[in-house]
Amino acid sequence: MVLLAISRPSLASEATGNGTEHTITTLPIVIWKWEEIHFPYLVALWVLVSWLCKLVFQLNPCLTRVIPESGLLICIGWVLGGIIYGADKVQTFRLQPFTFFFYLLPQIVLDAGYSMPNKLFFGNLGAILVYAVIGTCWNAATLGLALWGCWLGGAMGNIDTGLLQLLLFGSLIAAVDPVAVIAVFEEVHVNEVLYILVFGESLLNDGVTVVLFNVFDAFVSLGGAQIDAVEIIKGIISFFVVAVGGSLVGVVFALLISLLTRCTKNIQIIEPGFIFVLGYLSYLTAEMLSLSAILSCTFCGVCCQKYINANMDERSVSTVRSTMKVFANGSETIIFVFLGISAIDPSIWVWNTAFILLTLLFIFVFRFIGVFLLTWILNQYRLVPLDFIDQLVMGYGGLRGAVAYGLVLLLDENKYKEKKLMISTTLIVVYFTVMLQGITMKPLVTWLKVKRAAVSERTLAEKIQNRTFDHMLVAIEDISGQIGDNYMRDKWNNFEEKWLYWLLMTPIARKSCDPIFNIFHKLNIKDATSYVKEGERRGSLAFVRNENKADVDFNKKFGADFSEMIRDSVPSVCLDMHEQDLKMRESEDFDAHHLLQQHLYKGRKQHRHRYSRKQLEVNKDEHEVQEIFQRTMRSRLESFKSAKMGVAPPKKISKHLKKDQPQKVREACTFSSFPLVFITIFLEFSEGDSASGYEAAGGSFPMRAYRGAGIVNPAFMAEMDTMDPMPPMQQIPSWLAETEVDSSNMVPSQRAQLRLPWTPSNLRRLAPLCLSTHSNDSFLLADSPATQEGISDLPDKTNPLKQLT
Amino acid sequence: MGSTNSTLSKIPNVEELMEETGFTPAHIVRLYDRFEALDKEKTGHLRPQDFGAINRLAMNPIGDRIIGAFFSPGQETVDFHSFVRILAHFRPADKKHPKDPSMPEPVNSRTSKLKFAFQLYDQDKDGKISRAELLQVLRSMLEMQVTEEQLESIADRTIQEADLDNDDAISFEEFRKVPLGRARRLTYQHGPLQHSAPRILSQPHRK
Repeated sequence: MVLLAISRPSLASEATGNGTEHTITTLPIVIWKWEEIHFPYLVALWVLVSWLCKLVFQLNPCLTRVIPESGLLICIGWVLGGIIYGADKVQTFRLQPFTFFFYLLPQIVLDAGYSMPNKLFFGNLGAILVYAVIGTCWNAATLGLALWGCWLGGAMGNIDTGLLQLLLFGSLIAAVDPVAVIAVFEEVHVNEVLYILVFGESLLNDGVTVVLFNVFDAFVSLGGAQIDAVEIIKGIISFFVVAVGGSLVGVVFALLISLLTRCTKNIQIIEPGFIFVLGYLSYLTAEMLSLSAILSCTFCGVCCQKYINANMDERSVSTVRSTMKVFANGSETIIFVFLGISAIDPSIWVWNTAFILLTLLFIFVFRFIGVFLLTWILNQYRLVPLDFIDQLVMGYGGLRGAVAYGLVLLLDENKYKEKKLMISTTLIVVYFTVMLQGITMKPLVTWLKVKRAAVSERTLAEKIQNRTFDHMLVAIEDISGQIGDNYMRDKWNNFEEKWLYWLLMTPIARKSCDPIFNIFHKLNIKDATSYVKEGERRGSLAFVRNENKADVDFNKKFGADFSEMIRDSVPSVCLDMHEQDLKMRESEDFDAHHLLQQHLYKGRKQHRHRYSRKQLEVNKDEHEVQEIFQRTMRSRLESFKSAKMGVAPPKKISKHLKKDQPQKVREACTFSSFPLVFITIFLEFSEGDSASGYEAAGGSFPMRAYRGAGIVNPAFMAEMDTMDPMPPMQQIPSWLAETEVDSSNMVPSQRAQLRLPWTPSNLRRLAPLCLSTHSNDSFLLADSPATQEGISDLPDKTNPLKQLT
Repeated sequence: MGSTNSTLSKIPNVEELMEETGFTPAHIVRLYDRFEALDKEKTGHLRPQDFGAINRLAMNPIGDRIIGAFFSPGQETVDFHSFVRILAHFRPADKKHPKDPSMPEPVNSRTSKLKFAFQLYDQDKDGKISRAELLQVLRSMLEMQVTEEQLESIADRTIQEADLDNDDAISFEEFRKVPLGRARRLTYQHGPLQHSAPRILSQPHRK
């Protein structure tokens, strides 16, 4: 309806048929029906054109590295706007506020809420709120007052405005824009805390913006004379009502969605649809009640993500995720293109150099002042203080975008005589921040970081030392519970586990809430996928049969590729694989520094943001985390196994198991300590098998315990043996007692890897549910060089297994 | 704070502990709460599995080594006192106290922190980091795609740089001499309990 209002006779002139009104004299075979369908046609066409723009500049990747995508889209918008203007002599297409606020913005906000890293968000919520509320108020107030001061001083010439109008203008332009911020910060990799602060601020400041906008708008209508203390107090109250009310609406809808997904097991086909509809309704409901719609939509996404991800089928979850990204990315593209097009319209331009330049200056300056001030205050209370570079980036990253433009278009021309000036200024500000700050952000960050890094680390020892210290500090923080563990969070977790899980999640979903299980699950899937890919490349999966041969073959033929997958600790194979490295070793300028720089694991502090508008998968640092996790788990497993294997005979296990089984089972469910992890994993699947409770598993349970690839046994033994007079951990765990200097004994798991790198049985070591008894054996076989005793247990263990099959 | 006092009274020898480590009562209480949260079976001791339950440690390349550092050789449990003693190494430093050479080295001095780090490398506790030990640490901190040869080269070069007395191993004295540039923080903070404690940020000293 919006485009309809604008579309001109010039377009309609293409339509020759007003056929429905005239009487027809003969049967028309084909009628030109433009009049009837031109509205949806134009909409679809514009969407297509906007998305094609994205395609156009993706063809040249170097371009996107320099200029952020949003900037490029605006440029293309200019070009298109120019074309249309040239054709029609008037700008037929503009970004209308209604379209923007009701058709383009909601999905972006919903996507932002749904993909929000919750732990990080709520962990930093205090800081985010401070920046969003106080920061935005500060920006608005200072900008308004400064402009008013300049206006009084006569710097702007003769414009018809007043203090309230300028304050209103300040409030709408003060808000950092979520769309623009994400678009730019995605190119720049900053650390996760900084990312979440800017991102969170841009989302939550809508609460303030809406309130300020409405309050000042009402004040302007009332006139300056009628503003007294009552009105101001009402204004302050309205802030709380709007912000908190909006959030509550969002939470209510989140509850609705979660409850709904609990029951949609049979209609999985349209299950994803509910998320979108209800998310949109939350936006509209808040808007209807004149509360903050963005806050509502954000909190809806934030609160429901955990429960719906657990409740819904995996395919539905990935459907939701992909579709959200399509909508969000699509909307963003359309918004930026139209921002460009809207500019090519002489009718809206009123140029007042002083006003525009002063606005730009004040926005920039006051943003920085605000950020530094607030950060200084926050740093007194924060666990990890924000350092100067981060503050600089945060101040520089205060981008304004389409929300400001949409708001300024909503102004009533009669009340605001200078509406056109404000529109022009807003557009200039948006272009300036998005393009200029967007383009220079990445080089700025790189330069700053490089400057920091170049200061130290001249020697290798220094580098290693520094990194070790980083890791050490992070570990100590984790152990002492500085970050992540606190009273409120524990309380919330307890509440959540007790009530919310029961209410909002399906019984099956409740069981698999263990975070370690999820990671293992993902690792397994990744392993399996790479295994299949490798098999496809080799032509068939037949290589699995000839394990030893395949091993050597791989190394010789695909050595370069496989070096990523296998760590070779046996020198003989090494020589074959890496002939080029031999040469490197001989040459003098072997760049150890560079190597360390590239390959040292980064500590937690360093860039690892998990939200990406452009990609479905998280960025590559997740891979590093998974790799570390995998290695840790493997080495723990190995050391644990080597401590345990052959210590207690299998017979003992079954006896103990039967006796203590209910208690152990319950224990296993609630704790996630590492040996018991496998029991937990295991139990989830056994739950799936037998609908009845754990107790019903009864005698079969210990038998099934063996199915779990032998991992469960040592774990159970551990539990058993705590009651034993001889505690199991009496021998020092091997991660402590590595007294052998000979490196070939170092980590048995690596040798295991070497022997059977990619076989299904090896993979199943991590997999909870084993499909055949074979896996159990090969797991032990894999480690037979390291632990000879393990094999002797085999005959005993396979017997109970055979009973099952 | 009534709860602080009641918790403090639960801990035996708490004054001695505070004296030795320099933690304030509020810190001790917080650490005690953490200890109890980790000690899920309420045995009063922590075992390696309890540390293993901290998920984030599993994502730390040297996480297991640090866990190991909490346990003295031969012991398989850690009681609250040892727990606090080790964490005391990382307490924010008291910049106010003048350096008194006659007094014993405070627990959280720079040297004790370095000694702790040294322990992480030196697993066999012979007072030297041998090439093999260095190799182990390197291997755990580097991505899997680095080859064994590259690792060995790095280890060799590192020892070459740091080893001053040419015994092909790094002793504690040599370890100390390596300047720490980027590791600006050698301590951690206690958050809201921290009002009285001076801010950390030990500035890097660059040679």
